[in-house]
Amino acid sequence: MASDASLLTAKFEDGRLELAAGGAWTAANAGALETLVDGVAADAARARSVSIDMGGVREFDTFGAWLLERLMRQWRGTGGAASIVGMPEHDQTLLKEMSGVNLEPAPASAKENALVAALAALGKGTTGFGRDLLIFANMLGAIGMAGARVLARPRDFRFTSAVNQLDRVCWQAVPIILLITFLIGAIIAQQGIFHFRKFGAEMYAVDLVGILILREVGVLIVAIMVAGRSGSSYTAELGSMMMREEVDALRTMGFDPVEVLILPRVLVLIVALPVLTFLGSMAALYGGGLVAWLYGGMSPEIYISRLEDAISLTHFKVGMIKAPFMGLVIGVVACAEGLLVKGSAESLGLQTTASVVKSIFLVIVLDGLFAIFFASIGM
Amino acid sequence: MNAKDKPVISIKDLVVGFGDQTVLDHLSLDVRKGEILGVVGKSGGGKSVLLRTIIGLLPKWHGKIEVLGVDLDTATEQERRVLERRWGVLFQQGALFSSLTVRQNVQFPMRENLEISQRLMDEMALAKLDMVGLTPIDAEKFPAELSGGMTKRAALARALALDPEIVFLDEPTSGLDPIAAGDFDALIKTLQHTLGLTVYMNTHDLESLYTVCDRIAALADGRIVALGPMETMLECTHPWVQTYFQGKRGGMVTGRLEHVT
Repeated sequence: MASDASLLTAKFEDGRLELAAGGAWTAANAGALETLVDGVAADAARARSVSIDMGGVREFDTFGAWLLERLMRQWRGTGGAASIVGMPEHDQTLLKEMSGVNLEPAPASAKENALVAALAALGKGTTGFGRDLLIFANMLGAIGMAGARVLARPRDFRFTSAVNQLDRVCWQAVPIILLITFLIGAIIAQQGIFHFRKFGAEMYAVDLVGILILREVGVLIVAIMVAGRSGSSYTAELGSMMMREEVDALRTMGFDPVEVLILPRVLVLIVALPVLTFLGSMAALYGGGLVAWLYGGMSPEIYISRLEDAISLTHFKVGMIKAPFMGLVIGVVACAEGLLVKGSAESLGLQTTASVVKSIFLVIVLDGLFAIFFASIGM
Repeated sequence: MNAKDKPVISIKDLVVGFGDQTVLDHLSLDVRKGEILGVVGKSGGGKSVLLRTIIGLLPKWHGKIEVLGVDLDTATEQERRVLERRWGVLFQQGALFSSLTVRQNVQFPMRENLEISQRLMDEMALAKLDMVGLTPIDAEKFPAELSGGMTKRAALARALALDPEIVFLDEPTSGLDPIAAGDFDALIKTLQHTLGLTVYMNTHDLESLYTVCDRIAALADGRIVALGPMETMLECTHPWVQTYFQGKRGGMVTGRLEHVT
């Protein structure tokens, strides 16, 4: 490879600048060339005339051609006379090609005031929140309509699709849900026993485990797991179908995408969440019992009889009533976000993140609303 | 043999397949420096497989491929990287990075391979886009906002970013209207002339084959059954080649061309 100096050498004499170019004026040397070219551009301002001898150039590509063209433009701009000698005809074609480019300056990106930008972002965020609610309400309505239509003509329901989804969302989720809730139950029991022991009230750890798990923790943990596991996959699936125009294809064939794609998925979640919540709660109670036995020295008989006293059917019902609503929220958010995916891979990622974050947020908000509701009706 | 006559791509006895299905069966092909080679063949006949094998995206079962004198099988990581800078690939769907603007897409290979200033990179990206007929306004668009023809042009600009010696084009004119396809052909011809490119082009477009290709390779039954300029194709006796060039659509173009010339 030619050394930097031989790429361009300058000779300054009587107000005449004579440049000799050599070596490879190609992409590989573009960095070094740019420095050299910018260096002589300053000299050229003092010269009355400039000539550049390209005879020594072995290789010439668009990078070299553009740098030469840039130099020539600068000289012409200062009003000096510039000439190129010794250039092969083939390279001249390339230089001519480059003389037509970059004539108009690139559109400058407008710089924004930081404060204005921050306020604009805040405003956009706020309206975006309102718009999200509207989109979710719209999706809920569309699912309701599709549900009503399917009720009128049950043969239209995508039964195969629903069974397939049920397998993925419910059946395949069982092991991980059991494991996580088992561990959560064990942890709650351990913490309860550890702290209640100070008051000699270890027995009440069983009340803590039973009530907390059946009313709140069981359903919440399961809902969050399902939002992360199935909600995200719903969004990604529908999103990539949007990207590849599959949803549009369905629509043009006279199918309602909500009825074909979304209704079975959401219904499956509504069925799956109570099932998983029940299994999860049992696993958590089992985990709590195991810890009470091994760590708290409480025999299984005592744990069970204490549990019978502490919890009632009401606690169980509170948890189970909430579950299908959580499933509905996760399904609506995941599907609505999926349909918002635009053409790019980045948008798919953004929408999938938004789907998980929003559905977990709404699940917790919904849980709070239920808490108020159950308190006011005395459950 | 001097450097000029040495083929830039030389394929010998290539066998490629999937599972128990052989797609390319002892195929040999040489591509000369500075020519535009059009490869035709049935849909699903292995054109894309051949292209992807040459650029090293698919493994081969048997045979030897040399590109610019480098055998990809025996090349070191360093040689491979150098070679990959010397070719550009235009994928069928453009394969632009969807999270980057058109300008950033074109700059991506430059940023990774060259140490040049942001200013020069911006100027070069706009120059390349100008060469393929896109404006500075298009440069700030994201791939999702482009039409089919603009996507192809932008992808070609990215393929040309580092001034490669060979460009591989996979169906460059598919999905374009005849006028846009004609413009694209003219563009390829111009670029070949000004940049001294060697072009390897998979195509179905008979017009392209007539107007820009120096030589045509017909791929059938897993091998090259005819190779040469259009006259050779018309004289070829292989049934598939005959149907292709003498068939209803082929005949229309041939007839018109004979009429004109």
